[in-house]
Amino acid sequence: MKLLLAPFAELGALSRLFGETVFWGIRPPYRGRLLVEAMEFIGIGSIFIVSLTALFVGGVLALQLVDGFRDFGAENQTGAVIGLALAREVGPVFAALMVTSRAGSAMTTELGSMRVTNQIDALVTMAVSPVQYLVFPRVVAGFVMVPVLTMLFNVVGVFGAFFVAVTLLGLDPGVFMDRLKWLVDWDDVSQGLIKAMVFGVAVTLIACRHGFYAQGGAAGVGRATNRAVVQSAIAILMLDYLVTSIVLGEGLF
Amino acid sequence: MKLFKSKLMRLTRPALPPEVKDDPIHVRIRDVHKSYGDHHVLKGVSLDIHRGKTNLVIGPSGSGKTVLMRQLIRLERPDSGQLLVNGIDFAKLEGLDLAAMRRTFGMVFQMSALFDSMTVFDNVAFPLREHTDLSRNEVHDRVMDRLAGLGVAGAARKLPAQLSGGMQKRVAVARAMILESEILIYDEPTTGLDPITTEMVDDLIVEAEEMFGVTSIVISHDMASVVRIADYLSFLHHGEIAASGTREELLNSEHPATREFVRASRISLD
Repeated sequence: MKLLLAPFAELGALSRLFGETVFWGIRPPYRGRLLVEAMEFIGIGSIFIVSLTALFVGGVLALQLVDGFRDFGAENQTGAVIGLALAREVGPVFAALMVTSRAGSAMTTELGSMRVTNQIDALVTMAVSPVQYLVFPRVVAGFVMVPVLTMLFNVVGVFGAFFVAVTLLGLDPGVFMDRLKWLVDWDDVSQGLIKAMVFGVAVTLIACRHGFYAQGGAAGVGRATNRAVVQSAIAILMLDYLVTSIVLGEGLF
Repeated sequence: MKLFKSKLMRLTRPALPPEVKDDPIHVRIRDVHKSYGDHHVLKGVSLDIHRGKTNLVIGPSGSGKTVLMRQLIRLERPDSGQLLVNGIDFAKLEGLDLAAMRRTFGMVFQMSALFDSMTVFDNVAFPLREHTDLSRNEVHDRVMDRLAGLGVAGAARKLPAQLSGGMQKRVAVARAMILESEILIYDEPTTGLDPITTEMVDDLIVEAEEMFGVTSIVISHDMASVVRIADYLSFLHHGEIAASGTREELLNSEHPATREFVRASRISLD
């Protein structure tokens, strides 16, 4: 019974932390420096890993699609389908997964270490809300920077696909870009950005929640980090379906 | 515009009426209970904390000392009972009132709990930057003054990990006292320290009390190390105060568990 109720308890804990984050976030003092630091950590720090994965994801998509489309002479649509896939799905999901693996795990470990060494308690005793000081800047940074990284993923992904499809597999560059521009419009990109914002809040909140309530010394911090990464990955894929069904207006129930 | 007003809305400690300032009892803990599931840890703890004195709460491991400390500073909320600090029931406060009231307390944790990513200077300056509108120079002067007073000015640019246990304790006291809190709580201040550092920490508690005129609450199981500095002692046993009084009264207590604890600690009034 306890096992069945565990996901709901987890959802409750996350909702409560989200409520506290909003409660404390709208109250002064406003710590701009902490927000900039968190944005730098999540955003700037993830540029390399996001670009690298985008390059290869774009490239492998081009390999598969050119190969598949050639069977029925539709390889000219490769740019269009890759653009659509990146903008709507692959960009936001991969960017969020990369942020989870790089920044989310580090956030859980940092907050977890602060918890087990009483540094979070010390903040409380100094009349500083740890949610306001530690969680709010990270969640806002996730909300802002995951969409930015998604755009980066889209651009680099298209570049990777273009390189493989045009340079290596001999597709016409004009046709590749023309079909991409023809099929992908702003609605597709914005759909991806909406998802990225939701993912950004979700992964930072999950990372902070597990670090914030970590217990049991170094081993406990390790377990918390492990749980945070697994839950974040699951949350990204579940939220992806949920947001897609809401945006498209079908398939929810 | 709101951004620029934010500093004006920082938390300030409630002002005290004169009759409260003269009350010799700083904190009245009354019938405090705390349970975790079926485990009843605090079973109606009542004790007085004397203003401007060193109040020692001792007890064996598992007696509920740390739980009591966590209720006292409201890291947790008691299930029932009162925590009357300057006549205000700390146990009932919530939100911003609770946060403001916390400024009455300074806390020195067992492992010092200094922010490991900040230098010693930034650790001590942290409460000032958070709660005052002092200029950069004023913050610098006040922090260096406090660090010098506690003999650790030379460590200002070091990280906490580069300091010895005793020095970390001094920095923790400097941070806890930088906002001139009225009450300083020490959680197991001498646990795990060598005898010389232990004596140094004991002296530090007395020093802080004399220097800043604070009320000290020392929570410890190490009776032998801290009893010489205590003005008032309370013995916590199985979640209840078994004996309480001056050092002499407690050391001569007839309560069996207290007598056994005193005997095992190998201390006497001499």
